[in-house]
Amino acid sequence: MIEFPDISPAITELWLAIAAMALLLIGVVRGDRATRMVVWLSVGVLAVAIWLVWSDADTSVVTFSGLFVADRFAAFAKVLVLLGSALALVLSLEFLERERLERPEFPVLVVLATLGMMIMIAANDLLSLYVGLELQSLSLYVLAAFNRDSEKSTESGLKYFVLGALASGILLYGATLVYGFTGSTSFTGIAGALAAQEERSIGVLFGLAFVTAGLAFKVAAVPFHMWTPDVYEGAPTPVTAFFSLAPKVAALALFMRVMLGPFGGIADDWVGIIGLLAATSMVLGAFAAIGQTNIKRLMAYSSIGHVGYALMGLAAHSPGGVRGTLVYLTIYLAMNLGAWGVILSMRRTDGKLVENVEDLAGMARTRPFLAAAMAIFMFSLAGVPPLAGFFGKFYVFFAAVDAGLYLLAVIGVLATVVGSYYYLRIVKVMYFDEPAPAFLQPAGATIAVIAVTAIFTLLFFLFPAPFVAEAHLASLALFP
Amino acid sequence: MAPLTIPLGHFLSVAAILFTLGVLGIFLNRKNVIVILMSVELMLLAVNLNLVAFSAHLGDMVGQVFAMFVLTVAAAEAAIGLAILVVYFRNRGTVAVEDISLMKG
Repeated sequence: MIEFPDISPAITELWLAIAAMALLLIGVVRGDRATRMVVWLSVGVLAVAIWLVWSDADTSVVTFSGLFVADRFAAFAKVLVLLGSALALVLSLEFLERERLERPEFPVLVVLATLGMMIMIAANDLLSLYVGLELQSLSLYVLAAFNRDSEKSTESGLKYFVLGALASGILLYGATLVYGFTGSTSFTGIAGALAAQEERSIGVLFGLAFVTAGLAFKVAAVPFHMWTPDVYEGAPTPVTAFFSLAPKVAALALFMRVMLGPFGGIADDWVGIIGLLAATSMVLGAFAAIGQTNIKRLMAYSSIGHVGYALMGLAAHSPGGVRGTLVYLTIYLAMNLGAWGVILSMRRTDGKLVENVEDLAGMARTRPFLAAAMAIFMFSLAGVPPLAGFFGKFYVFFAAVDAGLYLLAVIGVLATVVGSYYYLRIVKVMYFDEPAPAFLQPAGATIAVIAVTAIFTLLFFLFPAPFVAEAHLASLALFP
Repeated sequence: MAPLTIPLGHFLSVAAILFTLGVLGIFLNRKNVIVILMSVELMLLAVNLNLVAFSAHLGDMVGQVFAMFVLTVAAAEAAIGLAILVVYFRNRGTVAVEDISLMKG
């Protein structure tokens, strides 16, 4: 007789799964005119999920025969993911209505992808890791190709699918090797088996390399980043915004849990690889973005660079490093959300969405509020003090120096300097170039998201303590 | 006489060769996207072979359960891949790999 598992730690996931089915039913019964309602209901569902996670954050339980873990680290990452998904949905509504993409499947797919991310974050076994990752990825492939009459959108969906499937295959092959040479798929079991082995078996190292490569694909770290610019450019803009927010946070959280959990005991074997991924991502993100004219492509390279900074915290493999990465992700989420809000507002008065950097010309005179907000986000992404982006970088650099990774920290600082060029170029285009035709007034919800994230980014330096304290508690969950 | 058993290494070698063929099929193939989808399936089959071989070797059922999950997810993945391919074909009228180059740089 098998005992029924304790399902209470997974209440958020169950809630999202049931709600997604209910939302799908509403969409099927009411048809396309229900899109607006389903979008707002989905935002509500995600808000309830945040409350469910937060009301039970201070736990540390493993359930479903060791497949699923709920701890402070998971709670922190889950709140970030849910916030990212919910606000990306709020931003997408105007786009869906104007581009005649009003289909209720859109919010349902976002909720299902978010469910996949929740499972990734809570995974305590290679099996649940894989299932969560695939639930997320399969939903994201469809979302990338969501504008099915657009050549660009379907092409980006196809590219994302092929490279994503390749990454899943590589990850899975590594997972089988790790299973075979340690005899367990559970993270605790793997850690135990590795601690018991006197000599590192070559099979485990191969498995570790494959798993790292697969995860690096998912977070888009160099040299596994080549899908990112094309997918970001081709996908519908709100989908791109969503891609750069929640899935990034979820994949990085998973990356940290896998590296520090089962492979925490053999950190010497992977610190170099992660450091290399971080360094190359920061450098490529800084240099490759310089020549870009399309702002979605530019943001794609920018996100590659930011993943590099976030991985720097992981390379430090200390509680301080994980804390740094979590703070970094919080701030990245806020400033990126706002920047995407502005990009989604780049709509000419004839209703056409434009996406070149030049189209922002002279926005300071035509739309001063948007221009000021965008300037805040760009300065923050560049890491100029006292904006939030500076503090994100500060904590990861601090952790890297603490761990003795001086070279990595120096490369990071230099990449920041180079990267500032293209962020500040956007500010220059907005404030000093001859005005292009004005943009339409964005929807109220978009303005609200931009305003809130701008205020957060601007005033973070006044109240960093609660966020850092939370991230600190979360990071301790990974170091028992 | 003891039953003739195939050692684990043989299974792993076959799986490694299949996996490599799958990866090469994705990167070297310049003709058809359908071939890419088949290569992805080949990679997942190599993974399944690995899992079942390890499961038998370790005398542990988890590997076989994992293989069932991989099979199921592979079916879903193939369905989504083909659906995206059909939508793409409707827009472009081709599934040749070299034509997938609207965006680059």
